[in-house]
Amino acid sequence: MRGQDLLHPRPEGLYCPPGDFFIDPVRPVARALITHGHADHARPGNTAVLATQQTLDIMAIRYGATFAQSSQAAEWGKPISFGDCTVTFHPAGHVLGSAQIAVECGGLRIVASGDYKRRHDPSCQAFELVPCDIFITEATFGLPVFRHPDSKAEVAKLLRSVSQFPDRTHMVGAYALGKAQRVIKELRDAGYDRPIFIHGALQKLCDYYQTQGIDLGELKPATLEKGAKTDFAGAIVVGTPSSFADRWARRFADPVAAFASGWMQVRQRARQRGVELPLIISDHCDWDELCDTIDEVGAGEIWVTHGREEALVRYCELKQLRAQPLHLVGYEDESE
Amino acid sequence: MRAFAELLDRLVLTPSRNRKLQLMVDYFRAAPDPDRGLALAALIGDLDFPAVKPALLRALMSERMDPVLFGYSYDYVGDLAETISLVWPTGDDGAGTELRLADVAARLMAVSRSDAGKVLTDLLDHSAASERFAILKLVTGTLRIGVSARLAKQALADFGSKPVNEIEELWHGLHAPYADLFAWLEGTADKPVPQAQALFRPVMLSTPMGDTDHTKLEPSDYAAEWKWDGIRVQVVANNGTYRMYSRTGDDISGSFPDLMQAVTFDGVIDGELLVGDPQGRTATFSDLQQRLNRKSVSPKVQAEFPVFVRVYDILQRGEEDLRGLTFVERRKHLKAFVSTLDPARFDVSRFVSFDSWAQLDEMRKHPPHPIIEGVMVKRWDSTYVPGRPKGPWFKWKRDPYTVDAVLMYAQRGHGKRSSFYSDYTFGVWSGPEDAPELVPVGKAYFGFTDEELKQIDKFVRDNTIDRFGPVRSVRADRTTGLVFEVAFEGLNRSTRHKSGVAMRFPRINRLRWDKPTAEADRIETLQSMLDA
Ligand SMILES: [Zn+2]
Ligand SMILES: [Zn+2]
Repeated sequence: MRGQDLLHPRPEGLYCPPGDFFIDPVRPVARALITHGHADHARPGNTAVLATQQTLDIMAIRYGATFAQSSQAAEWGKPISFGDCTVTFHPAGHVLGSAQIAVECGGLRIVASGDYKRRHDPSCQAFELVPCDIFITEATFGLPVFRHPDSKAEVAKLLRSVSQFPDRTHMVGAYALGKAQRVIKELRDAGYDRPIFIHGALQKLCDYYQTQGIDLGELKPATLEKGAKTDFAGAIVVGTPSSFADRWARRFADPVAAFASGWMQVRQRARQRGVELPLIISDHCDWDELCDTIDEVGAGEIWVTHGREEALVRYCELKQLRAQPLHLVGYEDESE
Repeated sequence: MRAFAELLDRLVLTPSRNRKLQLMVDYFRAAPDPDRGLALAALIGDLDFPAVKPALLRALMSERMDPVLFGYSYDYVGDLAETISLVWPTGDDGAGTELRLADVAARLMAVSRSDAGKVLTDLLDHSAASERFAILKLVTGTLRIGVSARLAKQALADFGSKPVNEIEELWHGLHAPYADLFAWLEGTADKPVPQAQALFRPVMLSTPMGDTDHTKLEPSDYAAEWKWDGIRVQVVANNGTYRMYSRTGDDISGSFPDLMQAVTFDGVIDGELLVGDPQGRTATFSDLQQRLNRKSVSPKVQAEFPVFVRVYDILQRGEEDLRGLTFVERRKHLKAFVSTLDPARFDVSRFVSFDSWAQLDEMRKHPPHPIIEGVMVKRWDSTYVPGRPKGPWFKWKRDPYTVDAVLMYAQRGHGKRSSFYSDYTFGVWSGPEDAPELVPVGKAYFGFTDEELKQIDKFVRDNTIDRFGPVRSVRADRTTGLVFEVAFEGLNRSTRHKSGVAMRFPRINRLRWDKPTAEADRIETLQSMLDA
């Protein structure tokens, strides 16, 4: 069996003919396997959904209980059969519940890794290396310039700024699923025990993480009474990046705009967004980790998708590995 | 190095002046000597590592990385130093012992051109990305962090709770790493006593007269004098040491042995250096250029282009500091003082008497001599205050349509000029006073002699910091760069240009090799012309 007979792109998403399912479809399909709960991977309206329990829970929080007609929870490492092929879910280390999906048929194994990272993250399961014949890798940060520093150092930078500017509100922009909880958890692990204020859009997902045993400490809603600017002086407020463009954000005391993202590696990106304190904290692999994973996974062929394919394809060429960009539509390049 | 790197990163992204000050003050408080003094020198552009050139950086990269991957990276980041800081392959990434700024600076300063690659490699191998960025920005001399020398001095003043002018006053007697300055500011030592003789005194500068500024002013409060088109100098003579400085404090005595021979007094005077004879003819600026930037001056050149100083102020007479006196008092001293000097080398700038602004405006537009570029307007009661205070002194230029702009990009010309960089994009300063940035305001080619064209071409090649196709980005910051006097026939509002203005028929009037980039015009000057 050739790789493209087992998995290939269709307008709806990555399709598996022998199993008759799609992985992370961008349009509603009869059977969807979902790697993780980010909105560009997990969409509502599919008939049947297979995903980890945590991903299913997250989809229910985001889209309501009716996000699909039926759903099935995949257990880590336990094969499930679809026709002639079997699929297995393995942790991807990206956000809580995120999975790589190994698809096997006729002796050929392809791993669709979804979004993944190799770094330690106290808010989710650690990435598991799954040997395979073809490895599908994301390339969000697939350029040699992206080399994420230790996130502990980034959190320390934030805490230094909080003590240096105790009269200002530190507003940390972080995506609602995964990044926000990770930043909060890393702050707690660094010994920050004051209440952390969160934008309303984060409440439900933070509550959910707490029920899953991720202790985020004391969280309070970042709602301002009129004329109470000084209330948040010296505090850390976490919100979604988009909320910081709202009027809501302009009511805080002389805010320091911080943003937790792998894109913050490049200064011009920080400048364009008006970020004063960039925090290079990413949900994705950096360049070195992408390369290491390609080296370690032992696949003879690499499909590169979801980002800057050309540099990783070039890397594979230099390593004399077969590689090709896999053109999937509908995934956001900018988000993480 | 870590703290310095973080300071740079934060200064770049912090828009507020007060927050920038706080970042610097906190750094000065926490960092040891001599690191903080070297950091200070770096911030104000006073650290120079001539052994490292961009070509060396490219060569180091090509040994280390696939050129295709480097190309993708550079395209994405757009800045050479930053790209290299990010992609530099290194195992420990900042683990292990931290480099100290002092060691980094010492090694880079001492290195020869042939060893520069080895030393730089070793430094980059032992630092993390943001430190690599700081090192590479230091060696390429392109910090661009929006800190002016004045702002850095204000931070020192805040740090030591001293008036900033007291620091200005000391400044030219001090040298990196400024340990004596920091000790005084921290209260652990007395105020440094400058060792050098005949020190430069920080100069008082004027602001441009806006079109309606004078309507709020009372003519009888002000003196007016012609603004001669030479270069501003300060002649200092103390205890047998004689110096002539440019207005930025560069010692230019060596180019003017003829004039220095006539400096027989004890005092400090401020005036315009011109070619000619005070009693007879005053020659053009291009004649004066024959005398500038020369290491040795032949007797022939001295005879052909004699120089003199048209004096307009006196800062010190003998032991007596006159700067606290009013302008009218200082001018009385000046008159008596200059009357004792060689009349072939010194004369006093004459007042222009006027009763109304309209009358002065008329005279300004029709000056009696072609080398006059307008009038200076000074309050009779103004004391001599270093810096550019708003209000006491104005310059009111003859032609409203010239500005001093800084060369930002150069492009190869066409036809017979295709081998030279002869098309220029220039900019003026914008943004907050203390964190200015250049914004392009126009593009023109240069219509002067081939010799001058060659000089600019060389400047462009020596100061290239980036290339995009046929265009080179030229080093242009508060301390380095080339100033053009740009003349134009009018100004339109423009939404297409970032600056908001578009010049009609801009041309490069004159090269101002002598003019510090920091003193090029600001965008507000152009905006006020728009409103006219
Ligand atoms: Zn994701
Ligand atoms: Zn994704």
